[in-house]
Order: sequence, then C-alpha cells, then structure tokens
Amino acid sequence: MISIDRVSKFFGEFQALNQVSIEVMAGERVVVCGPSGSGKSTMIRCINQLETHESGRIIVDGVELDGSREALNAIRARVGMVFQQFNLFPHLTVLQNLTLGPVRARGLSEPAARELAMHYLDRVQIPEQADKYPRQLSGGQQQRVAIARALCMEPGIMLFDEPTSALDPEMINEVLEVMAGLAESGMTMICVTHEMGFARRVADKMVFMDHGEIVETGPPDRFFENPESKRCQDFLQKILHH
Amino acid sequence: MKRLLAILLCPLFLTGCSADWGWYVVNPGTKQGLTNLKFLLGGLQYTVLLSFTAILISITIGLLIALPGLSSNGWLRGFNRLYVELIRAIPILVLILWVYYGMPQISGLSISVFWAGVIALALSDSAFEAEIFRAGIQSIDKGQYEAAHSISLSYGDTMRFVILPQAIKRILPALGNQLVYMLKMSSLVSVIGMQELTRKANELVVTEYRPLEIYTILVLEYLVLILLVSAAVRWLERRMNTDERH
Ligand SMILES: Nc1ncnc2c1ncn2[C@@H]1O[C@H](COP(=O)(O)OP(=O)(O)O)[C@@H](O)[C@H]1O
Ligand SMILES: [Mg+2]
Repeated sequence: MISIDRVSKFFGEFQALNQVSIEVMAGERVVVCGPSGSGKSTMIRCINQLETHESGRIIVDGVELDGSREALNAIRARVGMVFQQFNLFPHLTVLQNLTLGPVRARGLSEPAARELAMHYLDRVQIPEQADKYPRQLSGGQQQRVAIARALCMEPGIMLFDEPTSALDPEMINEVLEVMAGLAESGMTMICVTHEMGFARRVADKMVFMDHGEIVETGPPDRFFENPESKRCQDFLQKILHH
Repeated sequence: MKRLLAILLCPLFLTGCSADWGWYVVNPGTKQGLTNLKFLLGGLQYTVLLSFTAILISITIGLLIALPGLSSNGWLRGFNRLYVELIRAIPILVLILWVYYGMPQISGLSISVFWAGVIALALSDSAFEAEIFRAGIQSIDKGQYEAAHSISLSYGDTMRFVILPQAIKRILPALGNQLVYMLKMSSLVSVIGMQELTRKANELVVTEYRPLEIYTILVLEYLVLILLVSAAVRWLERRMNTDERH
C-alpha cells in the first residue's frame, strides 16, 4: 500500500533522510522509533507530502508522488495525520473542526458531515464535547478530537507523529486506547512513538531509525528480544529501562 | 470616557466666558449659531462615509497584496515589496491631488471629489494594511497549515476558514488604529473640495472670522468621533474573545 524506495531528503546541506526504503502492506501496523532528530517525522511527512523528497520514489495506494498537484491531492485525501501538538483549529468548535474537511474537501452536506463527525466522536468517546472549543478540553481529549478529525476524511492510511509526546502521563493511555481500537479495525497505520508497550501490543512491524537511515526493521518479538544492530540495542536499553 | 471628555471640555468653557472667545458663533441658542453648528456638523456624514468606504477598500487591497508577499515564489514576493515601498513613499496629500487632477488626464474619465478621495485614501492605506495582514498571517502557527493540508483543504479554504479568522482576530487592534488614522487623514480631502468636517470649518471661518471657536469645535468633532470609534473597536475585540471562551 505504501512503498518507499531509496528516498533521500535534504534540508539545505543537512541530509535528513538517507536512502530510506520501506514497504507497508494494507492493514499493516508499523511503529517507528529512534532518537530525536533521526528523521522519523521527516519520513512520515514525506508520505502525505508535507515534505517533498529529493530522490527515490514514494508510491502510495498506486499513486506515485512525483511532485504533481494531482498526485498531491489524491494522496492527502487518502492519508490522515495526527500531530504531536494536536494542531486543532482553536477558533472552531470540536464539531466544526471535524466537519470542515468533509464539507469543504469531500463535498458532504452539513447534516451528513455532522452525522459523520458525531459517529467518530463516539468512537473516540467524547461525543459530549462536540460544542466546546479545543482550549476547554484536556490534552488527551484534544488529541482524540484530532484523531476523529483525521478519521472524518475516511482515509485508508493513518500517520501518527508522536501523538502522546505532548501529553501528561495520565492522559497517554486514553489516546493509545483509541489508537489500538483503530488498529483492531484494520486501519493501515504508521506510528512514530516511544510507547513500547503499545508497540508490542499492536505493531506488525517495528522500524528503528538513526541519522536519517532505517537501521533495523522486523516483527516486534525479534525486534525487542533480539535486535541485531548495536545502535538499536543501545536505544532500546535507554527507553525500556527508565 | 465621559469623565475624560468632561476634563477636556472644562477649561474650554471656563475660558469661554472671557472676552477673547466668541462662542456666540456656534451658540445653539441663537438662530445664526444653530445654523452655523448645523453647517459644521453637516460634514460629519462625509467624513464618516469617506473613511469607512476607503478603509473597506484598503483592507481588501491590503489582503490581496499581503498574500503574494507570503508566497514562496520570489517574483510574487518582489511584487509585494515593490507595491508596499512605492505606495508608502507617496504623501497622502500628493496622492489626493494626483488622483483628482492628474488621473483624469490619463484615463479620460472625470472623477467625483468623493471617489477621488476614497481612491487616494484607500491606496495610501493599503500598503499599511498589507503589512499588517502579512505580520498577522505570519504569526499563525505553521501546524495550522499542516492540519489544513492533512484534511485536504485547498489554499483558498485554508486561508478563508483556518488562517484568516485567527489572523484577523489578532490584527483587530492594528486595523482599529488604521481606521482612526483614516478618519484623521480624510481631513486632507478638503483640499479638493470635499464637503467633510474640515472643509466645512474652513468655509465657516471665511465667513465668520472666528477661527479659534470654529477650529476648536472641529477638534472636538474629531475627538468625539474617534473616541467613539475606538470604543467600538474595543467592544468588538472583547466580543470576539469571549466568543471563543464560551
Ligand atoms: N524544516 C526543516 N529545516 C531544517 N532542518 C530540519 C527541518 N525539519 C527537520 N529538520 C532536521 O532534520 C532532522 C530530522 O528531523 P525529524 O524528522 O523531525 O526528526 P525526528 O522526528 O526523528 O525527531 C533533524 O536534525 C532536524 O533538525
Ligand atoms: Mg519528530
């Protein structure tokens, strides 16, 4: 479903991605980890074209991302994204946050969009917050609204960029629960996260990145019990024992 | 605000009793005074109409000029800079004279005093509005663009539904300042014969020879008008902020 083939990306002189290759099947759940600055965000942001790559190929759902506007629009309609900082629209209510995309980009009628929004708010378990503004919600609730907002576009693929890193510890679980539920429903997901309990539970494939490269990939059992590279071992040591 | 006005007015009326002042000229108790006062206030509608029309147009132009200034395309940004620098360099009075007396010679169309004033004021102000919009839009977190991108919003929808509503809320005080500035600058349109507040005062001074009293009234007219407008802008700001909290 997603095929990334020898992709490189530069920010000026700095190489953020170095010959990154990875295949993701439909329905597969991939968890990406690695030290800060290793290129995790850059990689997943290339998938929905928030960043453009300089070399290599990215094919999503049969569409090659060649920099054309058609490819861009085809892809972002099919790929949902959840950000570390939520990025909700502060001047809109929860319901308006959710219906904006469906009405303006998918051409749904207002009532149909509202029904859809309430359906997904139910799914992230905060239907009672529909008429509040983002700032009136806790961090965990805001992130669940952000997930619902992405789902309202009915994407085939969901990208998560450290969705719990900005949350207070007591709110992390409510967000991970929603993500686990989504994984169970068969959504294709790529999650950048350091929540290793979550990774063991839902991941089909683990990916470890360092210095813009994919250093190691594998199924979670092997990845956690028996990592091959020294860099990955050190990294797991650090985050599992603290 | 009432107290402020009272303090400002107090010394005027105290000195008004002395021999140097001749308030009779605008004393509403006398027939001539009342006529004069009405004459002066007759300019108010034009000042207001001129300023509000001009600011609506200048805000529109300002926004249209600000957007290319935010583009990643160097030519578009260059266009924005050129416009802003050029317009900012022309004194308003010169622009008024040029639009009223100069422009008809190129275009072949004669233009009314009112619209010449509106065009000159709007053009001159648009450069400032463009800078205000640019700063306001730039102050919006880039995560807002990314979220809009991720839900497939077009550039136009992103601006209309996500960025501008937030930016406008932030620049409202600056827009209010521009409106006050515009109300004051509209006095310059008197030079081409626009019958606004300042022109009316000038004409009355010529017939009545009481510049002190008449220009004092003129000062007060602008003062009251601008204090009212400022209060309205602050009220609007408060309302927009409470909107979000409830
Ligand atoms: N827009 C940008 N401009 C310049 N450098 C960037 C930009 N975005 C990311 N980088 C750099 O690229 C590297 C990888 O960043 P990122 O993908 O965000 O890492 P991660 O998500 O793994 O922490 C970092 O060193 C970061 O400083
Ligand atoms: Mg990151």
